[in-house]
Amino acid sequence: MDSEEAVGIPPTAPDGPVEPARPTIPAQPDNFLDVQSSAEFGELRSAHRSFAFPLTVAFVSWYLLYVLLSNYAGGFMDTVVVGNINIALVFGLAQFLTTFLIAWWYARHAEAKIDPKVEALKARLEAGE
Amino acid sequence: MTPRTTVLTAAAHPLAAGGASEHRTLIITLFSVFVAATLGITVWAGRQTRDATDFYAGGRSFTGFQNGLAISGDYMSAASFLGIAGAISLYGYDGFLYSIGFLVAWLVALLLVAEPLRNSGRFTMADVLAHRLKQRPVRTAAGTSTIVVSIFYLLAQMVGAGALVALLLGATGEGARRWIIVLVGLVMVLYVTIGGMKGTTWVQIVKAVMLIAGTLLITLLVLNKFHWNLSTLLGRAADASGKGRAFLEPGLQYGKDGTSKLNFVSLGLALVLGTAGLPHILIRFYTVPTARAARKSVNWAIGIIGAFYLMTIALGFGAAALVGPKAITASNESGNTAAPLLAQEVGGGAGSTGGAILLAVISAVAFATILAVVAGLTLASSASFAHDLWANVIRKGRTSEKEEILTAKLAAVVIGAVSIALGIFAHRLNAAALVALAFAVAASANLPTILYSLFWKRFTTQGALWSIYGGLISSVTLVILSPVVSGNPKALFPGMSFDYFPLGNPGLVSIPLGFALGWLGSLLSKPAPDQEKKYAELEVRSLTGYGAH
Repeated sequence: MDSEEAVGIPPTAPDGPVEPARPTIPAQPDNFLDVQSSAEFGELRSAHRSFAFPLTVAFVSWYLLYVLLSNYAGGFMDTVVVGNINIALVFGLAQFLTTFLIAWWYARHAEAKIDPKVEALKARLEAGE
Repeated sequence: MTPRTTVLTAAAHPLAAGGASEHRTLIITLFSVFVAATLGITVWAGRQTRDATDFYAGGRSFTGFQNGLAISGDYMSAASFLGIAGAISLYGYDGFLYSIGFLVAWLVALLLVAEPLRNSGRFTMADVLAHRLKQRPVRTAAGTSTIVVSIFYLLAQMVGAGALVALLLGATGEGARRWIIVLVGLVMVLYVTIGGMKGTTWVQIVKAVMLIAGTLLITLLVLNKFHWNLSTLLGRAADASGKGRAFLEPGLQYGKDGTSKLNFVSLGLALVLGTAGLPHILIRFYTVPTARAARKSVNWAIGIIGAFYLMTIALGFGAAALVGPKAITASNESGNTAAPLLAQEVGGGAGSTGGAILLAVISAVAFATILAVVAGLTLASSASFAHDLWANVIRKGRTSEKEEILTAKLAAVVIGAVSIALGIFAHRLNAAALVALAFAVAASANLPTILYSLFWKRFTTQGALWSIYGGLISSVTLVILSPVVSGNPKALFPGMSFDYFPLGNPGLVSIPLGFALGWLGSLLSKPAPDQEKKYAELEVRSLTGYGAH
C-alpha cells in the first residue's frame, strides 16, 4: 500500500531488477555491522535524523525563546494586541499551534520518506533469515 | 437561585452545611459507579491476561487511537487538572507555563523516543539500554530511577486526592482524608494486580473520555457566562484577582527577583525534557503492535492533550473570575480545588442543585483521574522492579514468567503502601509543582541515557551509570535542599530550614549535569570490545523494527 510512495525514490523500491547494483545486505542478518554500513540503511538513518534532529533543535529553541521572553522581556510580552489579549498570550497559543503543526508534519514525512524504507529493509532482513 | 450565594459564602464554607450530605451522597454514588465499572473491566481484562506480554504490555494489542487515549489518560493527571487550574487561578499567566511545557514536551517523545523504543525494547526502558550496555548495572540504575520518579509522581496524585477530600468534607474531614487516600491506594493496587496493563489501559481510556467531557462542559459553561469572549473573561479574571493587568502578564509568580526568574527557566526546562523520560509514559509505547502505531498513538495524544490544556485557560481564568482567589485559597492554600469550586459556581453556586451536581460530577472525574494515573505509575514501577531488578539482576534471568509476574504484583502492593503513607503526610504542596519535580528527575536521570543509547555510538556503561545516578542524586538532593521541602510555611516541613538551594525546581542544574556526566563518563572509559557491534544491532533494530517483540 505504501509502495506507491516509494516510487519517487528509486533506490529504495523494494522489488525490481536494480538490486545487484548496490552494496547489498548480507544473507545472515546477525551481522548488524554490515547492515549498519549499507547504503540502504544509511538512507533510512538520514531520512530520520536529517528531519528529526534539526526540528528538535528548532522547537526547543522556540520554546526556550518563549520562556526567556516571558522572564526577561516583560515590556514586550505585556503589549496589548486587542482588548485584554496581550503578546504573552498570543505567544503561548502560538506554541500550541506549532506543536500541532510539527506533529502533523513529522507524521507526513515519516509516512512518505521513512516507512517505505523501513518496510523494504525489514523485508530483506527477514528474508535473509 | 439567588445571586446572593456569593463567592465569599463559598469561601467560608466550601459546602453549605445543609447541602453537604446530599453532595456527598451524589459524589459517593458517582465515584462508586466509576470504581465498580472500572473494576469490572479490570476483572475482564485479568481473565485475558496469561503471559508476561499481556501483563506488562497489554498483549501489544491496542490500536494507535486507543493507546493515544490511554496515553492522554495516563498523562493528564491530578496535577494537570487540579494543579494547573489552581496555579492559573492564583498566579494568572505564570500558571499557563505548565500547560505549554507539558504539551511541547511531547515532540521530544514523538521525534526521538517513541518509535525506536517500541522497536528495540520489550517491557521497560532498561530493555533498550541492556541491548548495548552491561545488563546488570544498567538495569539496576534504570530500575532505581524508574521507582524514584514514579514515587514523586505518585505523591503529587495523592496530594490532589487529599485536597479534593478536604474540599468535599470540610476541615473536619482529616480522618476521612486519610481513609480516602487508603481507598485510592487499595483500588489502584487492585487495578494493577488483577488487570495488569490491559486493565490499566482500559481504565485510562475510560478516564480520558470522562476528563475531556467534564472539562469541555465546564469550559463551555464558563465561556457562555462571558458571551464567548475570551477578552472579557480575561478582564474579569484580572479584576477579581486584585492584581489588575499584572495577572495577565508573565511574572506574577516567577518575576519577583533574579532567583525566581531562574526558577521559571528551570521549571520550563524540566517540563519540556521530562515527558520523554517518564517511565509510565515510556511503557505505554509497548502496548501497540508496531512503531508506526506508536507514532500514531503519540499524534493522537498530542491532539487530545493539546485540546485539554487549551481548556485549562478557561478553567484557570474562569476560576479566578467567578470563584475568586480568596475563596480558592481558603479552600486549599495551593489552589488545588479551583476546578471543582468553579464547577460548583457555573452550576449555579453553592447550595444550588445545579452547583451540587456539577461539583459532584467534576469531583468524581478528578478522583477517576487520580486513580487511573496512580494505577499507571504503580504498574510502571512494579514492572521495572520485577523485570529489571528481580528477574535480570537478582535472579540473573533464571526466573519463570509466572514468578516474575507474581513479583510485579507483590511490588505493586508495596508501592501502593508507600504512596498511601506519603499521601497522608504531604498536603500543603501544589500538585503541579510536585509533578514538575518528577519531570525534573526524569529529565536529569532518564532522558540523557535514552538519547545517548539510541543515537551515540561512543556511549558506554560507565557513561550510563554516571548519567543516571548523577542526574538522580543531584536532582533529588537539590529538591531536598530547596524551598519546597523546608524554610517556609508552604513547605513539606515548615518548621525546619535547610533550604540552601534557592530554586524550587532543580532542572536548570541537574538536567545539564545528567547530560554532561553521560558524555564525560563515556569518554573517560574504554569502550567494550564488542561496543560497535552491539550498537550496530541496536541501531538497526531501533530504526527498522527487525526482530521487535
